[in-house]
Amino acid sequence: MSYWITVNGESHEVTAAPETPLLYVLRNDLGLNGPKFGCGLGQCGACAASVGGKLTRTCSIALRDVGNDPIITLEGLGTLQRPHPLQKAFIDEQAAQCGYCSNGMIMAAKTLLDRNSKPSDEEIRGALADQLCRCGSHNRIVSAVRRAAMEPVR
Amino acid sequence: MSALRPSRRQLTRSLGVVLATFALPSLSAFGQAPGNVPFSLRNNRKLEGWIRLEADETVTVFTGKAELGQGILTALAQIAAEELDVGFDKIRMVSADTSRGPDEQYTFGSQSVEQGGGAVRAAGAEVRGRLLAAAARRFGVPTEQLQVRNGTIVAADGRRASFWELANEGAGLLKGDIALATAPKKPGDYAIVGKSVHRIDLPGKLTGAPSYVQDIRLPGMVFARVVRPPRYGAKLVAFDEAAVRARPGVVAVVSDGNFLAVAAGREEQAIAARDALAASARWSDDAVELPDMASLRPELKKLRAETIVVGTAGQSEPAPGEARRLSAEYSRAYLSHAAIGPSCAVAWLKDGHMTVWSHTQGAFPLRGDLAKVLSLQTGEVDVVHMSGAGCYGHNGADDVALDAVLVARAVPGVPVKLQWMRDDEFAWAPFGPAMAMKVEAALGSDGRIVDWSYDVWSNSHAMRPGQAGGVNLLAAWDLKTPFVKSPAPHIPQPFGDGDRNAVPSYELPRKEIRYHLLLDTPVRNGSFRTLGSHGNIFAIESFMDELAQAAGSDSLAFRLAHLRDPRAKAVLQAAADRAGWTPGKEGDGQRGRGLAFCRYKSIGMYAAVAVDVDVDRKTGVIKVPRVVIAADLGLVVNPDGAKNQLEGGIVQAVSLALKEQVAFDRRQITSRDWSGYSVLTFPEVPSIDIVLMQRSDPSLGAGEGSLPPTSAALANAFAHATGRRLRELPMTPERVKASLS
Ligand code: FES
Ligand code: FES
Repeated sequence: MSYWITVNGESHEVTAAPETPLLYVLRNDLGLNGPKFGCGLGQCGACAASVGGKLTRTCSIALRDVGNDPIITLEGLGTLQRPHPLQKAFIDEQAAQCGYCSNGMIMAAKTLLDRNSKPSDEEIRGALADQLCRCGSHNRIVSAVRRAAMEPVR
Repeated sequence: MSALRPSRRQLTRSLGVVLATFALPSLSAFGQAPGNVPFSLRNNRKLEGWIRLEADETVTVFTGKAELGQGILTALAQIAAEELDVGFDKIRMVSADTSRGPDEQYTFGSQSVEQGGGAVRAAGAEVRGRLLAAAARRFGVPTEQLQVRNGTIVAADGRRASFWELANEGAGLLKGDIALATAPKKPGDYAIVGKSVHRIDLPGKLTGAPSYVQDIRLPGMVFARVVRPPRYGAKLVAFDEAAVRARPGVVAVVSDGNFLAVAAGREEQAIAARDALAASARWSDDAVELPDMASLRPELKKLRAETIVVGTAGQSEPAPGEARRLSAEYSRAYLSHAAIGPSCAVAWLKDGHMTVWSHTQGAFPLRGDLAKVLSLQTGEVDVVHMSGAGCYGHNGADDVALDAVLVARAVPGVPVKLQWMRDDEFAWAPFGPAMAMKVEAALGSDGRIVDWSYDVWSNSHAMRPGQAGGVNLLAAWDLKTPFVKSPAPHIPQPFGDGDRNAVPSYELPRKEIRYHLLLDTPVRNGSFRTLGSHGNIFAIESFMDELAQAAGSDSLAFRLAHLRDPRAKAVLQAAADRAGWTPGKEGDGQRGRGLAFCRYKSIGMYAAVAVDVDVDRKTGVIKVPRVVIAADLGLVVNPDGAKNQLEGGIVQAVSLALKEQVAFDRRQITSRDWSGYSVLTFPEVPSIDIVLMQRSDPSLGAGEGSLPPTSAALANAFAHATGRRLRELPMTPERVKASLS
């Protein structure tokens, strides 16, 4: 089956079975590296992207269910040369060790800041409660989100 | 400053060129090297194998150490920039690549700055020294009249030459054995080492640049998945190859003995085919009887063991008769690495040469074992390190590399990416072994310890590949012609295996410490961050508090009274000061504070940790609002990087102490996803306060030493808060409630 999806502002035609989890389309058809395979079970958040403005576990949404909802991935936020304030804040706070969870952390933080531009630390921790990190980078991640929230424009 | 990514083109270009550098170790490698030769140089003496000046005015630094998320490449780049006197942004790192880099065996044990750093320091000093000599010849002045500024050598009269111009002078200038004739800089002169710098690999990882082995995409690459037995010991009886082969996209079904895998053109097709293959497979009823996880302590002691005395003192005198004797037993559960991304590898058999991209900790040892299994020459296999998800020891990286290689062998010419699914990772990656500990001690009338007896029961934590007598790779044991496991090596003190840190750092006039290395291995084990240290320090430091209490002494004072090493005392005092330690202050039934000390591996970093707890007596949940650590790491190359490591260790140790245990019934592992194995989450993570001691002594490694004392201090804090002691990890709500009722 052929589907049109909008990813990071561009339309793409992809051919895959309707039940294909969006994660594999993003990674393998579109060559994106941001969303990661962590569990495939909707438990860890490593695969997160924004779909229709909502934080979405892309391992757990089928291609046929995406519809016209625009998809934003880590790559859609900023680039190496021009990182998004959240990405920059993660670099400034050195808020990662292995960085495998970072995609989910940044995407979850993005959707948090979109609805609450000045979250408290507790709200940040709450918004990230279902995002797993095994390296213990949690406190730095909270600091990075706090720092990004202090940026004037986003 | 960037980490080089191994493109295939670069790989083939450098093959055969740099490779030869390490093909034959020079004579000095064979034991004739003087004792002051940095460890990693001993088998890799050629200068050009470590540092190369490139035509584009950059410097390539080769290291055998691997980036595991600990920031080692950044620290090594700092050291190289420092010794060479070139800008940090000029350094390019090439890491753990058997086709073009030094063999530094494994990246483990918090030794990378010590070993790999020592080698890069010596090589950097050598390059700088040789370039200075060349400039002196060119300008006809003695080297003393020359200055090095940012990659340029300047004479007193203003004449100047860049490193790269000078390097062009003679092809042999920067080649040959490192003579160790140029002394490295003194720590007092460091400009870059000791400064916090940003990790070189993070910007890419945070913006979605291809950074992980999972991100490798090669032309025509297929995706593969494995189907593992339902439990240890089960044998493959039958499976429906034809049906799976007929599924969409499937290009190969690979079976060999009990090894079963499938490859397909698309990843989701491979996953669906794996499910179909698993559903069609029939396995024998064979099983390995697993211990009863509800009573691990007695269960472990039932296993066959070899007993080794690993520490002893004062045994010629009888034990003092008058003294008050106390004893207690402790345990910890089997632990999972539980990295956020399952293990992954890419393998490609091309023109008879097998190349494997892997997040292994030991590219060279893995290459040897892969070659053995494939019946290839070592030179016909290459292993290139690429980052994976967090690495806390011997996880599934090596095993999945063999899985990928076995599939790649079945589809010659086609690159294969194989990632484990979440359940493969939880059920089959090696675990940190469960441990049982027993301490008995006697207190003299002056409140000092006069006798100490200690036993630890544990499987080996050292079952990595690359060891003699077998092959330690999962699929190798499952093949039609199986390989045997290598026997557990003996790792002597002070490093130790299950007995790591079993010998206390305290002054004990009479002691005996016995390691009961368990020979039966019902559950598959490997190295998990700190090996036995985590369990041993939990037992020793818990018992130190029990003794202090019996002696009517304060926990801090009691420890200080039994320590002689001023650096040990200093971290304890610093942690206590920062935490606001109040001697004699009682817990209030709910809140408490605990202290613990550890000198990691007895010769590594010093750490003292104070943990605050808040116990919910109704739910049994222990909250940890704050952790304070004072750490003496010797010379710190990248202070912020070191802090990141200490923090990570603390969070992991709180998680281990409160939550983590691999679950199984008597036949199979039942922790197979995140609902069956919990780790600490954001709302549960404590605030962390770090005191870094300022030292210029040799670096001691920061990767592991914060874990053991954190779990121990947490147990002490619980006892302080409630007056009850939990001697089994993890301290789950059920155990907490049982102890309080
Ligand atoms: S990979 Fe999607 S939630 Fe874990
Ligand atoms: S940084 Fe490794 S899992 Fe979060």
